[in-house]
Amino acid sequence: MSSTPPDSPVFDRYAELLRTEEPVALATVIEGAIGDISVGAKLLVTTDGAEPLGSLGHPELDRVVARDAIAELEAARSGVRSYGPEGQTTPEDLVDQPTIRVFVESHAPPPQMWIFGAVDFTAALARVAKVLGYRVTVCDAREVFATKRRFPMADAVRVTWPTPIFDELGGELGPRDAVCILTHDPKFDVPAVQGALATRVGYIGVMGSRKTHDKRMQRLAEVGVDQAGLDRLMSPIGLDLGARTPEETAVSICAEIIAARTGKGVPSLKDSSGPIHS
Amino acid sequence: MKELLNDIDRWQRAGERIAVARVVDIEGSGPRLPGAAMAVTESGEVAGSVSGGCVEGAVVGEALSILDGSTEPRVVTFGYSDDEAFAVGLTCGGTIHLFIEELAW
Repeated sequence: MSSTPPDSPVFDRYAELLRTEEPVALATVIEGAIGDISVGAKLLVTTDGAEPLGSLGHPELDRVVARDAIAELEAARSGVRSYGPEGQTTPEDLVDQPTIRVFVESHAPPPQMWIFGAVDFTAALARVAKVLGYRVTVCDAREVFATKRRFPMADAVRVTWPTPIFDELGGELGPRDAVCILTHDPKFDVPAVQGALATRVGYIGVMGSRKTHDKRMQRLAEVGVDQAGLDRLMSPIGLDLGARTPEETAVSICAEIIAARTGKGVPSLKDSSGPIHS
Repeated sequence: MKELLNDIDRWQRAGERIAVARVVDIEGSGPRLPGAAMAVTESGEVAGSVSGGCVEGAVVGEALSILDGSTEPRVVTFGYSDDEAFAVGLTCGGTIHLFIEELAW
């Protein structure tokens, strides 16, 4: 059997935005139909400044939900919010008003992970990060090592020193993103840490032995990184798992990133002493 | 939802009507976060999931009853709670709220 698909402009646009991984929030009235507001009504909201598509049934409700949906989208959060029939949100305004419950489904772009240093640990970390849904960029100044052939799993491989890429794209990094510095060479580490600290990135991990770590912290202090900056670094990178192989180390780094987000008290190498590889 | 698009596209081209169930809220332990979705066609094909396999069977029934017009689009709750009408539970002890509707927007 074949027939013309139903005309569905909101769904078609939504599907298109999902496929191209552009940020989009879909608001649906799930309870509290009243007047022109019906259960199932949709409003599709994007961050590119375009007018929202569809309507929940009242222009004021549309306006307030669109505003809230953009905030939810920026926080990569989906959930149910309650409104009055004209978009009221404050508790006083909602007294004796019917409540409209709206589900906002956010589709934020994937978080980014930038990895500095084109080494074996990088390939393993890039693989694990891809499993977790990161968009992975591998950076190294050495042309021979920073190749797509060595890192086929990465979304981008850049032959670059740290400073230029932070100058160019550092503004894109936010709380959901991660910078992992695996170079353990002060020539690269120092500018990479400085570049990362100048961004809003949520996680900065720096690899190295305890000895490398101590020297690096000293070097960073010498070039003017303040204590708040040093405290932001997860160094040595990773959880205190006793990881040995590149793959185990990658899991330890990604687990530390998850723990940083959830705020769980899981032992990081940063907070322990003694051998990293037990 | 993104992982359902290819199936939805194929079904729409075949002229099938589709219902979509989405997790809108969870209480306590719940295997999938808000936004997790599953799609069901009128002929009973399924894509995606909304739990760890605990409630999908019951969701198919709900979805079909929306497609045949016997129920309206609505929020359906599954979980361990005495005042819930649904006997289907989550072994994890959590509660999930799903919104189920026809894909016609």
